[in-house]
Amino acid sequence: MSNLLTGKNILVMGVANERSIAWAIAQSCAAQGARLAFTYESERVEERVRKLADTIPGSVVLPCNVTVDAEIDTLAEALKEHFGVLHGYAHSIAFAKGEELEGLFVDTSRDGFALANDISAYSLVAVAKRIYPLMTEGGSIMTMTYLGSQRAMKNYNVMGVAKAALEASVRYLAADLGQYNIRVNGVSAGPIRTLAAKGIKDFNSILRQVEEKAPLRRTTDTAEVGDTAMFLLSPLSRGITGEFVYVDGGYHIIGV
Amino acid sequence: MSDVLDRVKRIVVDRLGVEESEVTLEANFKDDLGADSLDVVELVMELEDEFDMEISDEDAEKITTVGEVVKYIESHT
Repeated sequence: MSNLLTGKNILVMGVANERSIAWAIAQSCAAQGARLAFTYESERVEERVRKLADTIPGSVVLPCNVTVDAEIDTLAEALKEHFGVLHGYAHSIAFAKGEELEGLFVDTSRDGFALANDISAYSLVAVAKRIYPLMTEGGSIMTMTYLGSQRAMKNYNVMGVAKAALEASVRYLAADLGQYNIRVNGVSAGPIRTLAAKGIKDFNSILRQVEEKAPLRRTTDTAEVGDTAMFLLSPLSRGITGEFVYVDGGYHIIGV
Repeated sequence: MSDVLDRVKRIVVDRLGVEESEVTLEANFKDDLGADSLDVVELVMELEDEFDMEISDEDAEKITTVGEVVKYIESHT
């Protein structure tokens, strides 16, 4: 098993550093022969993304701030130029203001609610809209979500609402794009110590709870999420769309 | 002391892209070394891994200089 994605072009959005889930997805896809395009949100992370992308031969690095439609237009044009045909898209982008990721959800501001949903949920739709025409040989789109979309998690707050919007978006996109043989799925990962996760107050205590209660008695690592994402982007999952795979050591099945 | 400081220096230089000579005990992460809030979170994560320790959110907020980091690590490991 090492050529599942040979000849496939995949867009990976959401690499911030080497701990990023998007980076693990990229590595799993590269190990299967995929050619990758990475994006960076701002100059702040450009150098980091380039350094990582350089370790995967043939990768392309492009700018894209997902809150700006014109930048996504430009990204789609650049992808068409570089690849012609796109086969996969991994979306691993989310953001909420730090002050919305602690305290009470009921205190969420109008701005904070809109921003979290814009960056964390609408970005999938906005990008999908512009890249699905490039998936002329069929395609697979996957995104990252979390159990906080289904259950009220301490401090996850408005991000849980944004993830619920993201999950509903996956279903609607799957319904729309299935006719073009484009699949849309998600991975619901257990908490992972990434830069984004550290923005959630008391994140370390969440990890400890998972270690104690998850059937596998350990936390999730990015490599196992990367491999499941790779599966969803590969032909192995060709019959699956509108679906979520939990890669969380089984934590979501546990009650008291 | 010197061992901890050297390890902290290496992480700060790598993460913030500053010169080693700038990373003095008195250097303030935000004011002197140009760290933004995300840089600080990255630094905390690197330090947690390097020294196999956990730095609580409350403690992380209080640490503003290189010297304070060294002191914190020495008293918690």
